[in-house]
Amino acid sequence: MNLLQPPPSKKRLGVFKFASCDGCQLSLLSCEDELLEVAGKIEIAHFLEASSEIKPGPYDIALVEGSITTPSDIERIRHIRQQSKTLVTIGACATSGGIQALRNWGDHEEFISCVYTNPAYIESLATSTAIANHVSVDFELRGCPIDRYQLLEVLTALIADRQPRTPQHSVCMECKRRGTVCLSITRALPCLGPVTQAGCGAICPAYDRACYGCFGPAAQANCPALSQHYLATGTPATKLVHALRNMNAGAEIFQIESDRLERGSPER
Amino acid sequence: MTKTLTITVNALTRVEGEGALHVQVNGDTIESVRLAIYEPPRFFEAFLRGRKIEEVPDITARICGICPVAYQMTSVHAIENALGIRISLGVRQLRRLLYCAEWIESHVLHIFMLNAPDFFDCHSGIELAEHFPDQVNMGLRMKKIGNGLLELLGGRAIHPVNVRIGGFYRLPTRDELARQLPDLRWALDAAVKSAHWIAGFDFPEFNIECELVAMKHASEYPMNEGEIASTRFPSIPVDRYEEYFGELQVQHSTALQSVRRDSQTPYFLGPLARLELNHGNLTPQAKKLFQDICPPLPLRNRFHSIIARIIEVVHAFEEAIAIIESYSPPSEPFTEYKSHASRGCAATEAPRGMIYHHYEIDDRGSVVSSKIVPPTSQNQLQIEADLREYLPRFLQESDETIASECEKLIRNYDPCISCSTHFLTLRLERT
Ligand code: SF4
Ligand code: SF4
Repeated sequence: MNLLQPPPSKKRLGVFKFASCDGCQLSLLSCEDELLEVAGKIEIAHFLEASSEIKPGPYDIALVEGSITTPSDIERIRHIRQQSKTLVTIGACATSGGIQALRNWGDHEEFISCVYTNPAYIESLATSTAIANHVSVDFELRGCPIDRYQLLEVLTALIADRQPRTPQHSVCMECKRRGTVCLSITRALPCLGPVTQAGCGAICPAYDRACYGCFGPAAQANCPALSQHYLATGTPATKLVHALRNMNAGAEIFQIESDRLERGSPER
Repeated sequence: MTKTLTITVNALTRVEGEGALHVQVNGDTIESVRLAIYEPPRFFEAFLRGRKIEEVPDITARICGICPVAYQMTSVHAIENALGIRISLGVRQLRRLLYCAEWIESHVLHIFMLNAPDFFDCHSGIELAEHFPDQVNMGLRMKKIGNGLLELLGGRAIHPVNVRIGGFYRLPTRDELARQLPDLRWALDAAVKSAHWIAGFDFPEFNIECELVAMKHASEYPMNEGEIASTRFPSIPVDRYEEYFGELQVQHSTALQSVRRDSQTPYFLGPLARLELNHGNLTPQAKKLFQDICPPLPLRNRFHSIIARIIEVVHAFEEAIAIIESYSPPSEPFTEYKSHASRGCAATEAPRGMIYHHYEIDDRGSVVSSKIVPPTSQNQLQIEADLREYLPRFLQESDETIASECEKLIRNYDPCISCSTHFLTLRLERT
């Protein structure tokens, strides 16, 4: 990391987890080359997965993984917000409710009894929601999982007191940059790249498969236009509904579009 | 004179996911030990219903970011078994390579960042690096090399995108794989060196008899195929798993706990179990290490898990090198198939132990129902039983010491609490 001016004192970092798979936190531990260096520039005050030393807040930077799925989560995220100067959500769970937001379309009681013989012990909400639905968020890092270089950019920026720079454009731009032949055009695959935010490096098309939207909607994504194109070229509506209802099913733009497709509504 | 003592570890640290421990002691008697998993349920089995089988691997990966390959691959194998899909030999080799990469990445993280710090009373791998910079840096580089292999084969290390039913979306070229060889050879040496370092740790004595369960294959160290073997009972084929192993929802615990159906007893999974039941099929350098540094059989000291893990890392690097050296791309990246109404199951060896999936599929290729049993829920009852045995030696110590010693024991199992397909929330306590 290249810091022009080292901060006067180390910033205090807290990493917090709600409903999630731990993959986004792991991305921080996967910065093998940078890990010890980053660790030298910040004070890791709270990071249960990495350290058994737990120090109380306040924190300069809070990285929050996971979505809100229990009543006590709501209390806890409020408390973390009060303790934190800058709060950054990491990953699709924290920014759009994650894969567990699929429950938002289901019957919660029935889901519980489908999995557990004794539903009475379960404490969970009927919805899985993003952190921003409950407290204010300073920066959202997309992806399921997040990209570790983007994470390093965010940390570096916050240590240096500047705004992080991450792209807002769609995956198609990354495909072009990578020189990948477009799967939508050449093979009529229902690729979500045009409406998905860049950041992954357009991995899926490079591996011969359509983008499945794990970074969530790009800014100004025009989902209805894309669905119309895919419906016209023979993709069944249910397939598009499923494509939009994955780890970013709860992101507003994807949610509206999947509902619209499910209703079979013709309006744009 | 009796006093009642309640020890609560509100947040288990350096484990994946979140959990807590509640211990109740009355005088010299341990009244209860509860490993409380407060990871909220995420209902994977419920929302897999109605999804196309092709979508399953991307969804099941999200159960756990630490071993997504094991979840993806177990679901893929179960669905292939249901539909009778036969994969090519080349694809099978690449799948083993993928497992090698995940074992490396996950084991090395656990060894250096989560587990080894306990042997030196350090709070984290980062703190450990202050005392052993060479060893920890070597560990980080091995992990990076494992990640690199995962990225090449899977597209990315966490939630790989390249796995599909019947094979892969895209095959790696011989050159792409061969380019990994110098790094892998360096890493193999580094892993052997690390193994000797780890063998010299000061291990607490903690041998208690229990049943070890792992997959076993006639000619290979088990990853994605084999029978289910045990140190107490004869092997069974995977499709009889549910006859022999069941899950209980018990009032005092927060998670479904797996038991042997007939005896209602716990069993123990993971690297120690695999090594004990399969050491005959280790690669040459791993086998030599097994002879040189591994404590004598039977392997019952839970603290020796870290030795088993590093031997498996050596095995994984060696096997990865061998697979790449003999690789020639299969003619097709995947086998075509037609779906039909069917049922199928599979078990594979995730880094932290056996994982079992079962799927029922309808005639349009959609999931009707699924059952997913992660390794942690299978080990959970054994962890509680072990804590009961372990605790008496610390009862005279301060609460703080007791709590930290319990945590140290728990870390040896590498419990991955995120895999909350089955976990309940009973009691929430946070600091
Ligand atoms: S966003 Fe994806 S990778 Fe990150 S925690 Fe959630 S499920 Fe895991
Ligand atoms: S393959 Fe997908 S992401 Fe790439 S350019 Fe085409 S539509 Fe966009």
